[in-house]
Amino acid sequence: MATKLVQWLTGLSLFFSVWASIVFDLVPVSFDQRIYQVVLPLPIYLVIAFGCYALAVVGYRTATFNDCVEAAEELKEEIMQAKADLKKKGLKMS
Amino acid sequence: MASRKTDKYSVLLPTYNERENLPLIVWLLVKSFTQSGYNYEIIVIDDGSPDGTLEIAKELQKLYGNDKIVLRPRATKLGLGTAYVHGIKHATGNFVIIMDADLSHHPKFIPQFIKKQKELKCDIVSGTRYIGTGGVYGWDFKRKLISRSANFLAQFLLRPGASDLTGSFRLYKKDVLQKIIDSCVSKGYVFQMEILVRANQFGFTLGEVPITFVDRVYGESKLGGSEIVQYAKGLLYLFATT
Repeated sequence: MATKLVQWLTGLSLFFSVWASIVFDLVPVSFDQRIYQVVLPLPIYLVIAFGCYALAVVGYRTATFNDCVEAAEELKEEIMQAKADLKKKGLKMS
Repeated sequence: MASRKTDKYSVLLPTYNERENLPLIVWLLVKSFTQSGYNYEIIVIDDGSPDGTLEIAKELQKLYGNDKIVLRPRATKLGLGTAYVHGIKHATGNFVIIMDADLSHHPKFIPQFIKKQKELKCDIVSGTRYIGTGGVYGWDFKRKLISRSANFLAQFLLRPGASDLTGSFRLYKKDVLQKIIDSCVSKGYVFQMEILVRANQFGFTLGEVPITFVDRVYGESKLGGSEIVQYAKGLLYLFATT
């Protein structure tokens, strides 16, 4: 199976060959001027859109990252129980 | 349940200077397994801790029996990956559970891991801090942001089919873990990522259980610039090779 790097390179080169063939008129098909205006800056738009998406996702997930306060409280209590029980059983902990 | 009798779970606990934590984590493990009734053993792999971890482990062995507490110490600090290889060699269970001994991973989740494994009949069950009721305690905003960013990047580049690549609280079928570890080349932090990425590559099946991660109660937790560089290198390495 191709590595992730190769998969990415394949995808990107496919995209850019289509993009270049339109932008630099490499194919004998003529498009409407408005299509050129969209296609030309498309890579930059995609990068910006992805950047926004990444920021939104990471921001949201950071803000909603659970603080497990109860888990910490529970653990503290269990540590006390464990220490008491181990001491009772004669474990030298010092 | 018949499988309760035939299945055995070997918990691998690599330790280095965990004299304070080891009795507590063992106590919690014994409590959890006693309640759930599954057959188990705890394999302590101490890498020559100067703080006397091995001595306290011997005390625990006297207390709980040498069928439950198995000591497989090594003379010097050789790292996590090799600790697992070393531990698996001595594991008598058909399942292996790997967790940290510093109390950040709570044994109360182990019965949930086992249940999930039986339900999905999967090869691996991974604890995850990133979905459902999972989470962390003791992390400030910056630490959470770094963690989420690192995870986002890893998901984006590697598409590993697992939500928590760097957590290390997991249950494996023993032969599956053996096969994965044989193909892993990374060390430390990155090794945890590589295990799941390779598992995905081999087509092993994965289940996930949300866990709470309580950052070190005793001792210092570390996340410095060098960890971040190490993580980035590991990520790129896996990106280019898997």
